[in-house]
Amino acid sequence: MKRFAALFTALDQTTKTNAKVDALAAYFTAAPEDDKLWTIALLSGRRPKRTVVATRLREWAADRAGLPLWLFEECYPIVGDLAETMALILPDATRDSDRSLTHWIGEIRALARLDDPEKRARILDAWDQLPKIERFVFNKLITGGFRMGVSQKLMTRALSRATGIDEPDLAHRLMGDWQPDSTSFESLILTHDPEADLSKPYPFYLAYQLDGGPATLDAPPGNWAAERKWDGIRGQLILRGGNHYLWSRGEELMTDRFPELARLIDHVPPGTVLDGEVLAWKDGAPLPFNALQKRIGRKTVPKALLRDAPVILYAYDLLEWDGQDIRARPFDDRRALLEDVASGVPDDMPLRLSPLVSFDDWDRLAAIRDGSREHMSEGIMLKRRDSPYRDGRKRGDWWKWKVDPLTIDAVMIYAQQGHGRRANLFTDFTFAVWDEDQLVPFTKAYSGLTDAEFRIITAWVRKNTLERYGPVRQVTPQHVFEIAFEGIQESPRHKSGVALRFPRMSRWRHDKPLSEANTLADLKDMLAAYG
Amino acid sequence: MAESLLSFTDRGIYCAAGDFFIDPWRPVDRALITHGHADHSRPGMGRYLATDAAAPVMRHRLGDIAIDTIAFGERRQINDVTVSFHPAGHVPGSAQIRVEHRGEVWVVSGDYKTTPDGLSEPFEPVRCHAFISECTFGLPVFKWAPEDDVRAELNDWWRRNAADGKTSIIGAYALGKAQRLLTSVDPGIGPILTHGAVENTNAVMRHQGIALPDTLRVTPDMDPKAQKGALVVAPPSALGTPWARRFGPSSTAFASGWMAMRGVRRRRAADRGFVISDHADWPGLNAAIAETGAERIFVTHGYTSIFRRWLESQGYDAAIVETEYEGESLDAAEPEDAA
Repeated sequence: MKRFAALFTALDQTTKTNAKVDALAAYFTAAPEDDKLWTIALLSGRRPKRTVVATRLREWAADRAGLPLWLFEECYPIVGDLAETMALILPDATRDSDRSLTHWIGEIRALARLDDPEKRARILDAWDQLPKIERFVFNKLITGGFRMGVSQKLMTRALSRATGIDEPDLAHRLMGDWQPDSTSFESLILTHDPEADLSKPYPFYLAYQLDGGPATLDAPPGNWAAERKWDGIRGQLILRGGNHYLWSRGEELMTDRFPELARLIDHVPPGTVLDGEVLAWKDGAPLPFNALQKRIGRKTVPKALLRDAPVILYAYDLLEWDGQDIRARPFDDRRALLEDVASGVPDDMPLRLSPLVSFDDWDRLAAIRDGSREHMSEGIMLKRRDSPYRDGRKRGDWWKWKVDPLTIDAVMIYAQQGHGRRANLFTDFTFAVWDEDQLVPFTKAYSGLTDAEFRIITAWVRKNTLERYGPVRQVTPQHVFEIAFEGIQESPRHKSGVALRFPRMSRWRHDKPLSEANTLADLKDMLAAYG
Repeated sequence: MAESLLSFTDRGIYCAAGDFFIDPWRPVDRALITHGHADHSRPGMGRYLATDAAAPVMRHRLGDIAIDTIAFGERRQINDVTVSFHPAGHVPGSAQIRVEHRGEVWVVSGDYKTTPDGLSEPFEPVRCHAFISECTFGLPVFKWAPEDDVRAELNDWWRRNAADGKTSIIGAYALGKAQRLLTSVDPGIGPILTHGAVENTNAVMRHQGIALPDTLRVTPDMDPKAQKGALVVAPPSALGTPWARRFGPSSTAFASGWMAMRGVRRRRAADRGFVISDHADWPGLNAAIAETGAERIFVTHGYTSIFRRWLESQGYDAAIVETEYEGESLDAAEPEDAA
């Protein structure tokens, strides 16, 4: 574990991309094969299954440290990370050991078969022989979540440097349904055979946000295709060898959650891979995201839900056709082939083409974008007509031009300290609008201010606390903030009767007196217009 | 019930029997000051009383003030009460203030640190009936490593950067932390450069006889790139500014107790975070409180509600006092940082 802990430390101790890639590449050159494979697995979100419930771990750590559980529970949200909290409170290790990453993962997985007292004994024994950073890494492995500040893109770059294999090729090899048990470094990375895994998806191409509007693009309108941007779940539908697989952008296999898509097997030829948006769809139009949300968490779908919130794939790109990877072909060609594929599918099937939007100039497109909300859309996607389908987030060929968010001016009434990265700042606020002479809370928001603004507001909160409710402080109503959000829904669970989608602080309205904040009636009007 | 010896007012901690305040945050006639940090030592008091070692920095920061000084351990009568100042180990000259009246003893600790740092007068426990304590790091997740380990880490970092042709820039409070770093590093590694705010405090401390290694003030006409492998000590707010960028390729670090938490370290986006604090850690707070023998504990700033509950579970009569002290803040700039 020392080598892996050293890698972790090296990655943690720099903010510079090159230094991270250097450290990873050196690791991928020198580490044992099985540790390399596990490292790739961890950095691409594949982790050992949890074998100990978090509640037990907390109890054992608090007990070992001689602290009451309530005190541990107070520390945890402040540190913001269970593994780190445990590593920090435990007494120093009394022994030292150097076993491999793979050994410790094996130990953790072996716990699954043991009862609680045996698990406890093994974990205490591990804690006692792992110094601080190794102990933290061990805790991370055992609690499941592991983020090392390295994107899959960086990991792929480092692996490319260590193996001499091209990055896009490696990115493709790393996709899909492999686990460290089911493969080896050799067969996954070095002697990769794409035919071996029919479910393997392609890396998704992700769009960049277009902040300055399309006039800032480097090519005239005629070079771009435009579509509406849909508020669903990005999905890649694979039809190969008589089966179908639906992957999310987070590389999660969602096939069983959306069983209606199985019907497409009879109408789309095998050797086809489609990129599109999974949308809840009824009567020729998308349902609000709300409807889709009900389907997201469910592994099996009851009949009533299938009826109330049926889904389709709203397709907008074709990555594989007739068994061939066609990602290198220009967008226009892929689109023509996609239209061809779609034309063979009957109208009652859960596949639709996301239509192209025609426009002659940017003003026209801006006008179309202004109507996005009426179409249940989030804005416009712009795709360069002669561009290949790339992997990951690469600037230049795909842009998302979202509609401006809805906004409302609200009064800050409660504040709470952040945790993790923001543990010593007040960053979590509750906002209210006027209802006659009462302030009615309607949303929380955590983001949108600069670090400098958070520092100022933190100092202010400390001096303007009216009342404390545990970690929450009621503050003097004085500051008005503009709250931006993407949508508004009716919500009986909230006092105000509304719930917002993605609320954040877009501006600190120093210019607005308290009395000029918006009212509950204003919110209700927005609900009527956009809910 | 008789009025308690010290009371908590909106101007600060007040002693009625002696008619004076301790570390007040609004102007009062007579102020006893624990140490020179801006949240404890404020302008506008009629008269100040502080230790001999704390006074020079206070004069430097507050200008022409009416200040009387006192030696550590010296007993002085103010009206009906006896006061004395005892080392708090926080920064040079920092004191706990002991207040005695008719056999009852209270101690106001200001900010304190129980482990010696080689620079400040080492913390000295004072027996009392009631103890007023900070708890900036009053959570069991804060446990400082031995001073020698931290020094070794610091020097390794500087040495490696120097070997890579990089300047090492470290952010630390201008008063206390900066000088502690100066006395912790190995001056044999390379030149030590200082930001003006740090160097001004250095000058005051050297003048009062505190030994610091040689340092070079960064000035507009200095060629920073000529100072190969230098260590630059600057207030935290100077990091990431054009001022810090003049040094070319560099590695940046913060020195603070908050660096014990990975999340905070990542938010500050420095290359390194050294866990170096001038405040007591969890074991330090608990040991200090136990050694006072006090039954009543008032906690002023930090994780007050959690620490109070902990103290109560340990059998103390504990209460929270609202003050305007700030403890160790990574974010609030000291006023002089702008200089």
